[in-house]
Amino acid sequence: MKLVDHFQYGLNSPICLTWELTYACNLACVHCLSSSGRRDPRELTTAEAKGVVDELMAMQVFYVNIGGGEPTVRPDFWELLDYSIDHNVGVKFSTNGIKLDGRRAAQLARTDYVDVQISLDGATADVNDHVRGPGSYDTAMRALENLAAAGFGQPKISVVMTRQNVDQLDDFKAIADKFGAQLRITRLRPSGRGADVWDELHPTAAQQRQLYDWLVARGEDVLTGDSFFHLSAYGEALPGLNLCGAGRVVCLIDPVGDVYACPFAIHEQFLAGNVRSPGGFQEVWQHSELFLELRQPQTGGACQSCLHYDSCQGGCMAAKFFTGLPLDGPDPECVRGFGEQALAARDGAVPLPKSEVDHSRSAPRKTRGPVPVTIGIGRPDRACETSPIAGFGASANDSGLFSPAP
Amino acid sequence: MFDPGLPYRCSPSVALRPEPFGALVYHFGTRRLSFLKTPQLVDVVSGLEHHADAHGAVEAAGVAQPQRPAYLRALAGLAANGTIEER
Amino acid sequence: MAPTSETQPAPEEPVVEETLVEEVSIDGMCGVY
Repeated sequence: MKLVDHFQYGLNSPICLTWELTYACNLACVHCLSSSGRRDPRELTTAEAKGVVDELMAMQVFYVNIGGGEPTVRPDFWELLDYSIDHNVGVKFSTNGIKLDGRRAAQLARTDYVDVQISLDGATADVNDHVRGPGSYDTAMRALENLAAAGFGQPKISVVMTRQNVDQLDDFKAIADKFGAQLRITRLRPSGRGADVWDELHPTAAQQRQLYDWLVARGEDVLTGDSFFHLSAYGEALPGLNLCGAGRVVCLIDPVGDVYACPFAIHEQFLAGNVRSPGGFQEVWQHSELFLELRQPQTGGACQSCLHYDSCQGGCMAAKFFTGLPLDGPDPECVRGFGEQALAARDGAVPLPKSEVDHSRSAPRKTRGPVPVTIGIGRPDRACETSPIAGFGASANDSGLFSPAP
Repeated sequence: MFDPGLPYRCSPSVALRPEPFGALVYHFGTRRLSFLKTPQLVDVVSGLEHHADAHGAVEAAGVAQPQRPAYLRALAGLAANGTIEER
Repeated sequence: MAPTSETQPAPEEPVVEETLVEEVSIDGMCGVY
């Protein structure tokens, strides 16, 4: 039995979780998954945040990923970091590097049970700053230099893969090697502001293949946060649990204490509760209606008959939701091309889901226009699964493992 | 090398969290996460420090004879990744 | 300290018993930063 089958009754606590400390941020990245920028006046106080740590300790959550916005802009960030570590909750925090001067780098080097993750989306300033803003590349480099000079052991460099940086994979690896860091690459989801740029920035089908091949060939010590499990239909599954963890093994606590299934699903539909409610976080994790529903066995829906369903599990829930696809159908980036078909089959008159949670500093995000309907049904063809060459595609010329030729 | 005739215990750097299916084990030093996939294995691992050797812990947990080699192999793996150590 | 990205391989060949221990990287689950 696979490990994931053992999770069917749920876990007493998340394995690890993401905790966004603030919606405030000094940057305005175009693809920000949390639409951050402005602080929310209702954000948890220092005392309330410590209360969350106390709960995590009691629930034996061993490790938490702290992010935001930019978590280090909270004046109490360093106090909360030490408080977590002193209470058996290891911390990895994700930062654009703005506050990591020599002094803080030295402080971190002296601190055990803390991981630092620097966000970087281009191996060169032009590619990076196009997405993250002018000066952001330099800020990241400076932080990496300071950490290396202070002797901080193996920070992470976390890259969101886009159409514009897929060709820079080797260069990212070189930057990581240069700073004694570990490279981490993750999937762009159409979440937060990511919804506005997903069409232009998400990797093409050919680039997905390129990315997968690179991970197989060169990715032995490259982390992925298991974010590419939707590519496992290409061949060998990549390391990781290879399933959607939302509400099952992970969740998000946001700056105002709202608990969502996943940081890529900040939307009312995936809101499980709030830590300020009676029973706190534990009550939400163990008994919220949403999480109990997500823990029901998944049937696969339209994907069930596909031979690859076992490895891709229908892909990313957030990616489907925010592109207006049904959750029981293919991922928009399904490697067999069924996602593209499904996208084209969407009802053009129905607007895409848009989260009310938006702390962006600039003018309201442009709303996406209707999608013109050009093709009919996008359901996977069950017939090809029952043919004598099932698993080898619909015909001798189609392995079934690649997107259909345009 | 793991020797089931020796006394063992959980490493002090390790936290063990019972779950419905068994247990989650986290090593704070290595950041490695292990899943113990049966409640019986959890009993074996928790019981190590109370027995003179690993064999004793396996027997006390009620592991049936045919399964014992598998359990000893599991313990060997846990010794190799630092979850358990000689005491 | 480097988290490992290794997992126990899923059994492709017939196995006499299932593995009793499975390792996952702390970075090996989807839905976190």
